[in-house]
Amino acid sequence: MSLVWHQFRYDQKVFWRNPASVFFTVAFPVILLLIFATVFGDQTVDVRGGIETTTYYVPAIITLAVISATMQSLAMSLVIAREDGRLKRGRGTPMPSWVFIAGRIGNSIVVALLMLALIAAIGRLLYGVDIPWGRLPAIVLTLVVGAAAFCCLGIALTAAIPSQDAAAPIVNALLLPLYFLSGVFIPDDQLPSGVIHFADAFPIRHFFEAFFDAYVPGNGAAVSWDNLAVVAIWGAVGLLLAARFFRWTPRGG
Amino acid sequence: MSEPVISIRGLRKSYGEVEAVRGIDLEVRRGEVFAFLGPNGAGKTTTVEILEGYRKRSGGEVAVLGEDPERAGREWRARIGIVLQSCRLDPYLTVRESIALYAGYYSTPRPVEETIAHVGLESKADARVGSLSGGQRRRVDVGMALVGDPDLLFLDEPTTGFDPSARRQAWETIAGLRELGKTILLTTHYMDEAQRLADRVAVIAKGEIVASGTPESLGDRESRPARIAYREGGREVSLETTTPVRTLNELTAEALAEGRELEGLEVTRPSLEDVYLELTEQR
Repeated sequence: MSLVWHQFRYDQKVFWRNPASVFFTVAFPVILLLIFATVFGDQTVDVRGGIETTTYYVPAIITLAVISATMQSLAMSLVIAREDGRLKRGRGTPMPSWVFIAGRIGNSIVVALLMLALIAAIGRLLYGVDIPWGRLPAIVLTLVVGAAAFCCLGIALTAAIPSQDAAAPIVNALLLPLYFLSGVFIPDDQLPSGVIHFADAFPIRHFFEAFFDAYVPGNGAAVSWDNLAVVAIWGAVGLLLAARFFRWTPRGG
Repeated sequence: MSEPVISIRGLRKSYGEVEAVRGIDLEVRRGEVFAFLGPNGAGKTTTVEILEGYRKRSGGEVAVLGEDPERAGREWRARIGIVLQSCRLDPYLTVRESIALYAGYYSTPRPVEETIAHVGLESKADARVGSLSGGQRRRVDVGMALVGDPDLLFLDEPTTGFDPSARRQAWETIAGLRELGKTILLTTHYMDEAQRLADRVAVIAKGEIVASGTPESLGDRESRPARIAYREGGREVSLETTTPVRTLNELTAEALAEGRELEGLEVTRPSLEDVYLELTEQR
């Protein structure tokens, strides 16, 4: 366990010193929230009997930030480390492989929780979106299950990425359309039901629904167990694929 | 004599139809610096990565520190240090952090500061790896391999692509490792590197060892004919002889008697490079 802590500390240093990871994982969701709130801020969204757009976008952008801190950030950084030969080099030491992966997952989940705090605070301070303190256990549970599942998916995805140059295009080609189709960028009430049905086949929509239910008080339970179960199953499939196809050695050269 | 640190018998490795390693026998003894010398594609890295436990062999017997690398566990890994042929270190960590990160992987590491000093990077300890030159990064890499205090170090082409001054510094670092009593297996395609650093050299070409011995005796260099060259009346004269003292005496006696000079007189033995090129090209 102290080994995991050791690895985690260095993963944190590397994460915060890398301008690309800080921009795409931390700054980019904040910028998106500011843009969406500015452009659509005075409208309402026709869910839960009508809520303010900013109330909709705060959990939506937290959803995006969690996926970005986990699936996107892990897939990119692991492919870079693999192709640089760092994963292979680490395998030549007595450190067990799982420690390396555990450190990275820990790093992703901590950044995801930080993004929850950051986006929630900005939502509260700038747009008066209530932070539902009473639902904090449900929020954290939903976030951690989602973060863990998207970590597994990110690790599995590295097997499909042949080079460092291919990492960003492949990850974005998968995630960006699904953000649009799942209601993260465009509110639910503007999307045709066919689109939502399509998005239901993928984990982003389910994670968004679960997180939205936890964050925005409504009639239902704070923990959306059925959506969370779908996310967890995706995560488990990701874990199996990762265990089978993850590579430690560079693909090129 | 103590048991060999590395012992290889009849090692073979094929990739599909291609035989990259075709029956290598080798022993490396404790405290020895052993160089694996050969052109690119000769099978050096394949062999070294089999010894490091990264690749599975197709045939033969291999023991490294008394264990089969394919089955060896974490205790064995703690006793070896690896510098890969190509590895980009994390550019966002400092020299000290990079070495401390690896120190944490071992139960009894060497002190980090001492290791930094050993690879000659005291003045760069707080510099990010991304800001270092290629030669300095390589020395960080050696420091990361050394910090676990291994008995055996693998250095795969430690100076490829370096400018002459960076190579010289890397050589000093590697020569310093010998003083720590480490056994070192290094691969190189530079003749002078093997000559400078190694106690023994094996020349490998097309997956086979074509010669081995001390750098001086390699390829029977000592018993090969010497070449005597001079100019006579504007004409280059060159002759090979296995008895250079006698031949030279006859030549000079004759010249002396006739009162002429042997212009540009030169006696050379085949350089290690000549032997190397001959050994690796005739295949």
